[in-house]
Amino acid sequence: MSLQATTSQTVGPYFQIGLARFYIDDLTGPGVAEEVIEIEGRVFDGEGQPVPDGVIEIWQADAQGDYAHPGFSEELESIQKTDPRAKERAHAQRRQGAFRGFGRVPTQPDGSFRFKTIKPGRVPAPDGTLQAPHIAVSVFTRGLLRRLVTRIYFPDEPSNAEDFALKLVEAGRRHTLIAKKLRDGRLAWNVVLQGADETVFFDC
Amino acid sequence: MMQSMARFRGYRRAEPGTQPDHLHPPYVSSIKRAPSKPLVYLPHTLSEVTGPSFDSSAIDVKASNLTRQHRGEPLGERIIVSGRVLDEDGRPVARTLIEVWQANAAGRYRHNVDQHNAPLDPNFEGSGHTLTDEQGNFRFITVRPGAYPWRNHYNAWRPAHIHFSVFGPAFATRLITQMYFPGDALLPFDPIFNCTADEKARNRLISIFDWETMVSEHALGYKFDIILSGRDSTPWEK
Repeated sequence: MSLQATTSQTVGPYFQIGLARFYIDDLTGPGVAEEVIEIEGRVFDGEGQPVPDGVIEIWQADAQGDYAHPGFSEELESIQKTDPRAKERAHAQRRQGAFRGFGRVPTQPDGSFRFKTIKPGRVPAPDGTLQAPHIAVSVFTRGLLRRLVTRIYFPDEPSNAEDFALKLVEAGRRHTLIAKKLRDGRLAWNVVLQGADETVFFDC
Repeated sequence: MMQSMARFRGYRRAEPGTQPDHLHPPYVSSIKRAPSKPLVYLPHTLSEVTGPSFDSSAIDVKASNLTRQHRGEPLGERIIVSGRVLDEDGRPVARTLIEVWQANAAGRYRHNVDQHNAPLDPNFEGSGHTLTDEQGNFRFITVRPGAYPWRNHYNAWRPAHIHFSVFGPAFATRLITQMYFPGDALLPFDPIFNCTADEKARNRLISIFDWETMVSEHALGYKFDIILSGRDSTPWEK
């Protein structure tokens, strides 16, 4: 007999007590040699008010498109025959423990958040095509009974046009998933929970 | 294009009614924060079937005992909450991070936003974490949290609860939930507890008073199993 997944409940306003220990706003570190990027943004509600009591989690591949996940090679092989070097490379990286791929930050009183990380590489989609570089995002706030799932894509990235997930989104809303480049090179990406320019959220 | 070997499997989606909708008007805070547009169905990819892991070096082994974080012991009923993290096929989810947080026995959180006029307990933080063992087991020692008022509606009080955050094996299995206590008179009136159409699903959020978890002359025991999405049984199809 099959069990059923436990019902989600809101993170509430006091999550800092339980989640602060694993706040990670800088995913780079010793041994991470790739180009560092900074992503910043704000979370807004349906009235355009900043959301000061949210927590954002990100999950991403490293610059080679490998996830720091125990069964990564096996998952990859279920889609494509793996380049034997890729397996070696993934193992070597895990030994170094260089890039863990996970970040978590609370939003500030003005709804803002920021991460320092590296640009992820491309990973295959289930149909065998390569996805455009992206970061998977979970949004938790008071008022949300279950998380919202979205993605951050990168500007000036030709592969966005053929991306497995972006193609599922109506053309007029895709821009909500693509970060904008600021003059100083940082990336800006906001989360609009509700309204005319609402961020695209995935049923995941 | 690379040749797909088509053995790739995603994770299962929730049975209808067992997970809350984002918009649940009785929970007033959802009204301005729930998305108004339909979610876009995303078949799982490598990004969703992989997920973060935390090794034991990141874990404070003392953090599963919330009654031993200060010089003195916190006030309140000492309780042990134990359970297993399983997937929908009943397989244990081993070595996964669980984080918990809660109010103290008087119903007050150690948080600057909580202005409820109940005392803080100098011996209680209300914060814990642990990794499940190889069989998916976990065990926390804490005190029973108090109920507390909130402003959702007239005379609104949250039933006693402990917040649980669990990762599981994948981004797709990430779960944040709340555990409640059997026989709590506030449960029928709580819009957060009552967020699912499926009554059985919400009742599974209520822990079970458990003699086996109890320690004689020391602590009451409650059992709370957490079930995470299981793997699809059939491979991905275009």
